[in-house]
Amino acid sequence: MMDQLLAPAPAAQAPAPARRFKSGSNLERMLAASHFAVTGEIGPPKSHDADVIRKKAALLEGCVDAANITDNQTAVVRLSSIASGAILVAQGLEPVVQMTCRDRNRLAMQSDLLGAAALGIRNVLCLTGDHQSHGNHPGAKNVHDIDSIQMVRMVKEMRDEGLFQCGEEISGGGPPLLIGAAANPFADPFELRVHRLAKKVAAGADFIQTQLVFDMSRFREYMKRVVDLGLHEKVAILAGVGPLKSAGMARHMRDKVPGMVVPDGYVARMEAAVDGVAAEDKQARREAWRAEGIRICIEQIRELREMEGLRGVHIMAIEWEEAIRPIVEGAGLFPRPVPEA
Amino acid sequence: MIVAKQKPLSELTAMLDGYRNVLAVGCGTCVTVCFAGGVKEVGILASALRMARRLDGQPMSVAETTVQRQCEAEYIAPLAEGLDEFDAILSLGCGVGVQTLAERFPDKRVLPALDTTFMGLPTEQGVWEERCQGCGHCVLDITGGICPVSRCAKQLMNGPCGGSQGGMCEVDSDTPCAWQLIWERLDRQGLADRLLEIQPPRDWSTSRDGGPRRIVRDDLRLPPPEDV
Repeated sequence: MMDQLLAPAPAAQAPAPARRFKSGSNLERMLAASHFAVTGEIGPPKSHDADVIRKKAALLEGCVDAANITDNQTAVVRLSSIASGAILVAQGLEPVVQMTCRDRNRLAMQSDLLGAAALGIRNVLCLTGDHQSHGNHPGAKNVHDIDSIQMVRMVKEMRDEGLFQCGEEISGGGPPLLIGAAANPFADPFELRVHRLAKKVAAGADFIQTQLVFDMSRFREYMKRVVDLGLHEKVAILAGVGPLKSAGMARHMRDKVPGMVVPDGYVARMEAAVDGVAAEDKQARREAWRAEGIRICIEQIRELREMEGLRGVHIMAIEWEEAIRPIVEGAGLFPRPVPEA
Repeated sequence: MIVAKQKPLSELTAMLDGYRNVLAVGCGTCVTVCFAGGVKEVGILASALRMARRLDGQPMSVAETTVQRQCEAEYIAPLAEGLDEFDAILSLGCGVGVQTLAERFPDKRVLPALDTTFMGLPTEQGVWEERCQGCGHCVLDITGGICPVSRCAKQLMNGPCGGSQGGMCEVDSDTPCAWQLIWERLDRQGLADRLLEIQPPRDWSTSRDGGPRRIVRDDLRLPPPEDV
């Protein structure tokens, strides 16, 4: 069953002249050159202020191979991910545009994917999307016309076969997009998580970005299963990491965030980071926490680099983009290589 | 069954503002079984409305009746007699009942006393849960008898999503993750490998998205009068 699913699709009878790259994106070329990839993340503002994007992008430039742009993250309305992506393209930082199944039906998705490609966007991350009850319009209808796995397949068929989901031909060929998908090794049921990844691979994902990894032993077990099934050879897996900002954030993520496992050890380290710092010295506590958060993140990346089957890291430091550079430098991943065109 | 619940009294008194003589009509089928619109609930609601209006200094007369099945014209036809004396009908039927009354008595104001909520079942005394959205293309054969359309908050066909934790849904920690249930059920039946198959995008035209739905059974239709 699994072998069948994972077998490569039979070659078309008259193959188009082989494109060297599917999308030609920097991320794709970086992965093709077997460099350990680094992606970052930018959360667009709840406004139409393009400078917010530009400033965040400037903090990531030179530190990451591509930067994800979240799509109404946590179901809160923000500046559009594709518009933000276009701003990044103009600035010279490569975007990975995130797209959820929550807000668009298949018509809107395909239309926006064509639009994204027309604007020079070359990477898309296909997501289910957080439920709208967590966001600022809890009374909204959700769409979920198709799910994230169906979306991956749809984008792949658009790109590789030049077909819309309905089977109609896309004039001028499909949009050159590198297809990403998410994986959460820490959600339940654990046994299904690797199989769900396998489905995303079978559907056509080129790369995977995981949920934030804090529980290394569970992630190691997950990656072992991934490697046992050979999935790491079919898809480039980037482990999600992110610096903790404070002991309170560590506790919140441990206790409140769905699908997140933060071991007590990290919470204890964050709490201990302000030992001896006066409670009233807010600035010193903030700095002590942040320094420890960055230290932990660097240690994690160093550990992940040694883990079999990983092709890179995805660093999520939303609203703390300044942390990206010290993390990338501290992990020995700076400067970023320049892959051949 | 169709499960409904009564609207708050304040909403009903606002809806009935200005009416003096109302006929409250219950239904003897689904809403009786879910304790929302049977003989007993009609009696209690009618009393509550009379009291509320008396306290407001705007007394209202509320007559009570319950038909066996509000969603079929034959059962509500007898209400025609004596209907003139009422200036509104307050239906304690489901949304179908309300509309059947409104179609049969188009000159009469017909108002809903219930919020019709879902097709479901009682899971314990006093608790009802949704099980079906009538999407028009049943997939229970591939999901182990557990419906992802009505029970997954994202209607995933290739779940579970990344928000499933400890067997519960990210939307509500009291709601089981439908895909966890599906996986457990298929695993128990030795069919878990079926979850590896990618389910293609659904054709939602059989659902609400295709517009109002209609079933025509020619084998059951009566011949046109001229052919008789």
